[in-house]
Amino acid sequence: MSAAAKPHARELKSDARRERLALLGLCSPALALILVIMVIPVGWLFWLSFIGESGDFSLENYARMIDNKSYFRIFRTTFEVSVLTTAICVLIGYPLAYFLAHLPQRMANLCMIAVLLPFWTSLLVRTYAWLVLLQRKGLVNDWAIGLGLWDEPLKLVHNLSGTLIGMVHIMLPFLVLPVYGSMRAIDRDYVKAAANLGATPTQAFWQVFAPLSLPGVLAGSLIVFVLCLGFFVTPAVLGGGKVVMVSMQIANNIELFFNWGAASALGVVLLAATFAVLYAASRIVKFDQIIGGGHGGS
Amino acid sequence: MNWLNQSASETQITHKRRLWLYAFAVAVMLFLLAPTVIVMPMSFSQSQYLEFPPREWSLRWYEHYFSSPAWMLATATSLKAGFLTMLVATPLGTMAAYGLYASSMRAAGTIFLILVTPIIVPVILVAIGVFYVYAKIGMVNTLSGLVLAHSILAIPLVVVIVSSALKSFDLNQEMVARSLGANRFKAFALVTLPQIKFSVITGALFSFLTSFDEVIIAMFVSGAQNSTLTRNMFNALRDQIDPTIASISTVMIVVSSALLAATQLMGRGRKS
Repeated sequence: MSAAAKPHARELKSDARRERLALLGLCSPALALILVIMVIPVGWLFWLSFIGESGDFSLENYARMIDNKSYFRIFRTTFEVSVLTTAICVLIGYPLAYFLAHLPQRMANLCMIAVLLPFWTSLLVRTYAWLVLLQRKGLVNDWAIGLGLWDEPLKLVHNLSGTLIGMVHIMLPFLVLPVYGSMRAIDRDYVKAAANLGATPTQAFWQVFAPLSLPGVLAGSLIVFVLCLGFFVTPAVLGGGKVVMVSMQIANNIELFFNWGAASALGVVLLAATFAVLYAASRIVKFDQIIGGGHGGS
Repeated sequence: MNWLNQSASETQITHKRRLWLYAFAVAVMLFLLAPTVIVMPMSFSQSQYLEFPPREWSLRWYEHYFSSPAWMLATATSLKAGFLTMLVATPLGTMAAYGLYASSMRAAGTIFLILVTPIIVPVILVAIGVFYVYAKIGMVNTLSGLVLAHSILAIPLVVVIVSSALKSFDLNQEMVARSLGANRFKAFALVTLPQIKFSVITGALFSFLTSFDEVIIAMFVSGAQNSTLTRNMFNALRDQIDPTIASISTVMIVVSSALLAATQLMGRGRKS
């Protein structure tokens, strides 16, 4: 009996294994598509970035990035714009998430529309809306002058400030949703206990609530920062050529100069920077939190 | 004002001391909503210059949009691309999410990460990479090329949304169905799918919108008679502020709000 049972068990085990592999096979069409449409083309760019003008292997595309001051400036702009956008998003998004998390569920769902509606509205439409509002004779200048905030129309668009306003507007939901999700998950009894033990509201917030909401803030700011690094449309429209991000330079290299080597090298560096940021962050935050967090509130 | 002195949270802070927070939060919500809301009335202006509130109302810019063959062609292309992307990305993404969940193998975590990388890779890289490859095989300016590239961006969203719905689903229910004689596919279609339906539909809508809103890939691989709406809008924006775009924007806002409202209403029906 027992001699017959053993191979039987082994067969069952290998059967189960085969079935699980077959189930995993359900991923293959999606994986194949991603391989053909993304991995191979991007791999090709990687290869192109090492081909010089003569058609041989060379590092000239990378050397140019170090020698040429303008490339350094583009990377610095990209980095600065991303850091500023992320910082502003945290500063104004955290209080909003806090406010929403403390509302009764029904009210919170209603107010959530303010966060979700822009999320669903075309990025281009929102960028256009800001272009209209911020122009010299636009609504913001009109009203600010009417209210006496400033005397002459300010140049709010086609520069850094316009870019930042537009980017913060587009990125804010990506921050508010995970932060809100992590705040809703906090057990309020901790705060109650802190108050009970004599903490003032300020102390209870900084010593109990804020640390507990930190994972959401980290996940949210990471996704905002990474998305900012590759941003294109908003700076291209609202920056008016004064704010040149890496992705815009890549597009210019292809559209204006047909310089595939230079564009590819920039792309490789941009991608490497993106992955480096994610890798550094993955040591602090768990990945499923970052990816799952984006839809935590919906 | 009794309410002002009531406790606002677990700590004994009063609403009065919280007023600044309420004001700030309302201001931020206005910041989020204002641009889209204000563009809508502006699109009904008679004037060449966008004003708010418009001095004279007219449907001039809507007429211009709906009677322009170029804009209509671009709109049709965008709708087709969005719809086809939805048809490609939703089944592929749902299959992948289900496979990852049901197999419960260690490799599943790694495969999940590979499936979501298109969210992280800057779109411009995908755009020029795909452009380079399509140029070699003559697929530039074709609808199928555009749809395949857009599907790459949409699949991760479907995978993430459906995966999170599956997390609360008990696979034993499928086992029951199969022990009662249903085959694997039937068990999925009759038992699992109805329970994750809401997420699959949300994923499908996101796929449609992802393609419909996408600009960068469309800029490189769509053109001629297959130029998309957003590509044409983007090109028009770089030159001047054309009020026609305000009317197109309004149409797009109304459509996406309607989709959002529809999913919210559907979501109300499901167990919370």
